[in-house]
Amino acid sequence: MTAAPAFTAELHGVSRRFGAATALDDISIVIRPGVMSGLVGPDGAGKTTLIRLLAGLLDPTAGRVTVFGQPATRADRARVGYMPQRFGLYEDLSVIENLRLYANLRGVVARDQARRFDDLLRLTDLTGFQQRLAGRLSGGMKQKLGLACALVQTPDLLLLDEPGVGVDPVSRRELWRMVQNLTGAGIAVLWSTAYLDEAEKCDEVFLLSEGRLLHAGPPGDLTADVAGRVFGLRSPGQGRRRLLAQLMDRDDIRDATIQGGSLRLLMQPGAAPPEAAIPARPRFEDAFVDRLGGGPGGTSALAETYPLIPETGAPVIEAQGLSKRFGAFIAADNIRFDVPRGEIFGLLGPNGAGKSTTFKMLCGLLTPSSGTGRVAGHDLHHARAAARQSLGYMAQKFSLYGDLSVRQNLNFFAGVYGLHGRARRDKIAQMTDIFHLGPYLRQNAGALPLGFKQRLSLACAVMHAPPVLFLDEPTSGVDPIVRREFWSHINGLVQKGVTVLVTTHFMEEAEYCDRIQVIYRAAPIALGTPDSLKSDAAARTGDPDPTLQDAFISLIEDHDARRARTGDAA
Amino acid sequence: MMAGRLWAVIVKELWAILRDPRARIILILPPLMQLFVLGFATTLEVRNTVIGIYDRDGGAWSIELAQRIAASPNVAATLPIFSAADMRRALDRQQVIGVVSIADGFSADLAAGRGAEVQGVFDGRKSNAAQIVAGYLGTIVADLGAELQVRAAPTASVVTHWFNPNLQYLWFTMPGLVVIITTISGLGLTSQTVARERELGSFDQLMVSPLRVPEILIGKVVPPVLVGVVNASIYMILISQVFGVPLTGSVPFFYGALLLYLLALGGVGLLVSSLSQTQQQAFLGMFLVAVPAILLSGYASPVENMPPWLRLVTEADPTKHFLIVSEGVFLKNMPLWDLWSNTWPLAVIAVVTLGASAALFRARME
Amino acid sequence: MTARRFPALLVKESQQILRDPSAILIAFVLPVVLLFLFGVAVSLDIRQVKIGVALQDDSPAGLSLALAYRNSRWFDVTAGRDMAGLKPDLVAGRIRGIVVIPQDFGARLQAPDRQAAIQIVTDGAQPNTAAFVAGYADGVRAQWERDWAGDAGQTVAAPIALVPRFWFNPELTSRDFLIPGSIAIVMAMIGTLLTALVVAREWERGTMEAMMATPVAMAELLASKVLPYFVLGLGSVALCTALAVGAFGVPFRGSVLGLMALSAAFLVPALGQGLLISAVTKNQFVASQIALLLGFLPSMMLSGFLFEIPSMPPVIQAITYAVPARYLVPSLQTVFSVGDIWPMFWRAIGSLLLFGAVFFGLAIRVTRRRVA
Repeated sequence: MTAAPAFTAELHGVSRRFGAATALDDISIVIRPGVMSGLVGPDGAGKTTLIRLLAGLLDPTAGRVTVFGQPATRADRARVGYMPQRFGLYEDLSVIENLRLYANLRGVVARDQARRFDDLLRLTDLTGFQQRLAGRLSGGMKQKLGLACALVQTPDLLLLDEPGVGVDPVSRRELWRMVQNLTGAGIAVLWSTAYLDEAEKCDEVFLLSEGRLLHAGPPGDLTADVAGRVFGLRSPGQGRRRLLAQLMDRDDIRDATIQGGSLRLLMQPGAAPPEAAIPARPRFEDAFVDRLGGGPGGTSALAETYPLIPETGAPVIEAQGLSKRFGAFIAADNIRFDVPRGEIFGLLGPNGAGKSTTFKMLCGLLTPSSGTGRVAGHDLHHARAAARQSLGYMAQKFSLYGDLSVRQNLNFFAGVYGLHGRARRDKIAQMTDIFHLGPYLRQNAGALPLGFKQRLSLACAVMHAPPVLFLDEPTSGVDPIVRREFWSHINGLVQKGVTVLVTTHFMEEAEYCDRIQVIYRAAPIALGTPDSLKSDAAARTGDPDPTLQDAFISLIEDHDARRARTGDAA
Repeated sequence: MMAGRLWAVIVKELWAILRDPRARIILILPPLMQLFVLGFATTLEVRNTVIGIYDRDGGAWSIELAQRIAASPNVAATLPIFSAADMRRALDRQQVIGVVSIADGFSADLAAGRGAEVQGVFDGRKSNAAQIVAGYLGTIVADLGAELQVRAAPTASVVTHWFNPNLQYLWFTMPGLVVIITTISGLGLTSQTVARERELGSFDQLMVSPLRVPEILIGKVVPPVLVGVVNASIYMILISQVFGVPLTGSVPFFYGALLLYLLALGGVGLLVSSLSQTQQQAFLGMFLVAVPAILLSGYASPVENMPPWLRLVTEADPTKHFLIVSEGVFLKNMPLWDLWSNTWPLAVIAVVTLGASAALFRARME
Repeated sequence: MTARRFPALLVKESQQILRDPSAILIAFVLPVVLLFLFGVAVSLDIRQVKIGVALQDDSPAGLSLALAYRNSRWFDVTAGRDMAGLKPDLVAGRIRGIVVIPQDFGARLQAPDRQAAIQIVTDGAQPNTAAFVAGYADGVRAQWERDWAGDAGQTVAAPIALVPRFWFNPELTSRDFLIPGSIAIVMAMIGTLLTALVVAREWERGTMEAMMATPVAMAELLASKVLPYFVLGLGSVALCTALAVGAFGVPFRGSVLGLMALSAAFLVPALGQGLLISAVTKNQFVASQIALLLGFLPSMMLSGFLFEIPSMPPVIQAITYAVPARYLVPSLQTVFSVGDIWPMFWRAIGSLLLFGAVFFGLAIRVTRRRVA
């Protein structure tokens, strides 16, 4: 018997340039069978380029890409499962038609197909949706179908390009379990992700930044760097946002974040923690931020110039029995909550649960079937256009004008919100300064790095100093440093009395909220502070220290279990 | 406030079409190329034809006739035909557009002072060209006959072509192409705008801003109107200075009508765009509107030739009205009253389509 | 392996066509619209032109000539007093010509050595109609002159006349050649525009990337795009032909085999062009613009369908040689109006296949199994 090679795929001294830009610079890694390898790094680090090189869809500029002992472009494609970022599904074909297509393309013989489809559909929980068009599936379901299509012929190498983007934690966890079972069967898996909690669970992690490999090895190696430097600071209560800003500005603290009612600190090597700080278990994110040079400062220049929003005593955002029906389908059912001035209110829920619908009804993009929503006292769907002046809006995906320059975008939004002449010039100069947009003013907004796109979006949303901000997954896909900077601004604004409504899939973001409304199957199922949601979960599951993600998942599972019971009873 | 917001929208829309240097070229260059290529290509004149001569007579007069046909400026060459089968084959395969068949005894008849008939057989597949060629040849034959007359005919016609004394086809195509090309580029630009914002996601961003629907729509209409005015001005100068087509009528009135026409096009384009979910749908919708608008305008074939009910339909076609204005201003020095009677329908169409797209735009916010 | 892959791709493509509204629109709605427009709206047949006749002579001869115009099947006559009175109508386009029978017409006709001349004025802004008016108005006069002389017992020396006959289309219905021509446009739309759109869509939505990561051969992938649209194109031709013959009464004198052979040959370069455009642009919007500019417009304007190629300037005539529709249109008109003229068809088919080979060759060269 010949000895099997120790690795499935290898990159040796690989570089890849696109024109003048270097996407990958001298990367050497090996991918082993039976090992779950994580590929992490901020947006633009070169993750997709690396995966495409392995799939044989790109030629390296320099170096060697080997798969199954062959150059990747000539490797046996039947043995490679590849799930591209957008899943590669035909949206106008049904679930089963997509599966059948990929089965036939990958040479699965007809008599094996039915059994294989049964297994995959059961595994992905799609059995009931076989006839549905792929375009009408929720994000999480699309992603699982994408995986099923990549697995239709059990591959030896599975390449997954950011399968978790825009997908809720429940679906992400299910997907994770499915893939993990595969590594048990000896498959080599490369999983690219922006979620650091996922990276933490990998057997091996490749950390990329700006095309260079910062780390390769078990995630524990990286977290070992920060061992003994991570602390929790419990319950400073309402003053936690101000305290956070102070801590982030300190030189002896490398990184600080909000965890519900508490703070999480990463100290400089050798620095002593503040009093009352309790050691905490290091996470991959701590190590990641440490490797990238530590978190940003905590003082928001934006907030310093922001006018103080006066207290009126009335709730700023009100949802009064909001419901939305599309034909027979109920997208949102009797959602009600109030958000007082100066609060960050989070909407959480699995894909398709109705949180986007609620969000859109409140900011006037959708007409409710019944109920009313009010923002700063106006029902935005009926109020005159001027009432929308009180709203700042940041959409989930970059939705400014990509083919206009940064300055033209700023000019446009300033003009639309009624700033003119000197006031506009001053405001734009100020925003340019705060968000460090100076070098990019003449560049097309669409060509900016993701972090700067996101800064520009925020700048355009707050230029007119609105008392209310609507943020739809505001930091999806950006790296932790940029996310911290973003939330420093939001924290600062909230202290000036700004009210914030945010939807998110990132638990790191949810931790910043004062209160969270969990929406599932179109209905509200829980409302509380992050800490109370966690303690409820602790009481329910017996886990003494659940993360917010654990709490969220247990809420969903508990709800499903109860539904199943009442369903059985009926 | 309102003026400031409107200004911001107009500036943004202008940048959206002008920022990319390639886009700037696309706005000007292809229409200009269309003007040149189509200006010369879309002619209903018939030139450079090949005529078959089936001469069974072989006498002096038949040879004279064949030579006169070969010398005609519209005939590139003649092809001798020797049998009926030859004739059939030449026509079948379109080697000739027609055959002049001269019967035995033709010269003898003429010499004897008797009248004679010449048969012409033409390719009816190209009924229009065939008809025109038949006309040319008929004149040649009649001229030959006239020379043989002892006494001049008692009556005659004196023909004058007003507005275009030499019936130059270019004088007809050029003022028409100004309209056609303005139509294609105007519809092309406006029909994409809303669908594009919807696809790129900036539509929601607009909807949550304090902008009002009329402000958004005006912002979207102004840049294509400006582009249209600039392009039409270039064509106007080219047509009158380079191609020598006379510009006889009121230029200010032309600009007034052009403005209304561009607004009407903007209304139609926005209507298509608001009805479309994607840019692809907008493109196909634009196509479904532009092709009938052009074919019903009277440019490809006269409106008089259409059935009466369809002529009624053409009244709703802004292209038809503006084509009459353009022709009138260029060639006919048309009086203002006649121009006006073809201009007010443009205003009506503009108001209706812009109003409808505003209503649709509001409804689509749902 | 291939035995399963290729049919699977075909099935997928067919399912997508059936569910894609733009495919249905281009393949079935657009042809009906175009056929309708060319069958009903666009007519180059001049039937009855409105003219004004100003009769200034009250002699019997003048009256009789005016009546001859009124009775002519070519004209729809408005009576007027003089040129000045009719001029505004001509300027406004309400009439296309003016015939003036002058005061001394009858008197001059009686005088043996004098010629009685009428005046014909046309609207030169519409050169085609103007030429028609001039020719036929003079013809009415000449015919009237013979009749008048005959009635008066005089004999005029018989002139020579050309007696035209029009083969294949004796009634000279322009519809009979416009509709077959528009079928070529329909095929250009399906072949070039639709194919460019669907392939560009695969690039845009990232499914092309997923396909390339499977064991599918690029040739299979391209072939699976071409074959369904080839069938769709032929289906659309069949629909158009049925409509042309059934609804518009266009004669069909050739064979279905001839029609299908020509159509099939034309779809090869059209599809090749579509593939090439999408492979280069990878973007639906740009692809559609280019398909319009390079596929639709030349097929419409430079194929000899609406405008005579020999009448164009040499430079533009040279361009027409690069337009595949140029080779198809005459044969298509022939298969409808004349019958199967195979020597003509073979040459057309040969040229079309040559173009197809070039386009496909380029498309295969450009489409590589790489994403960037």
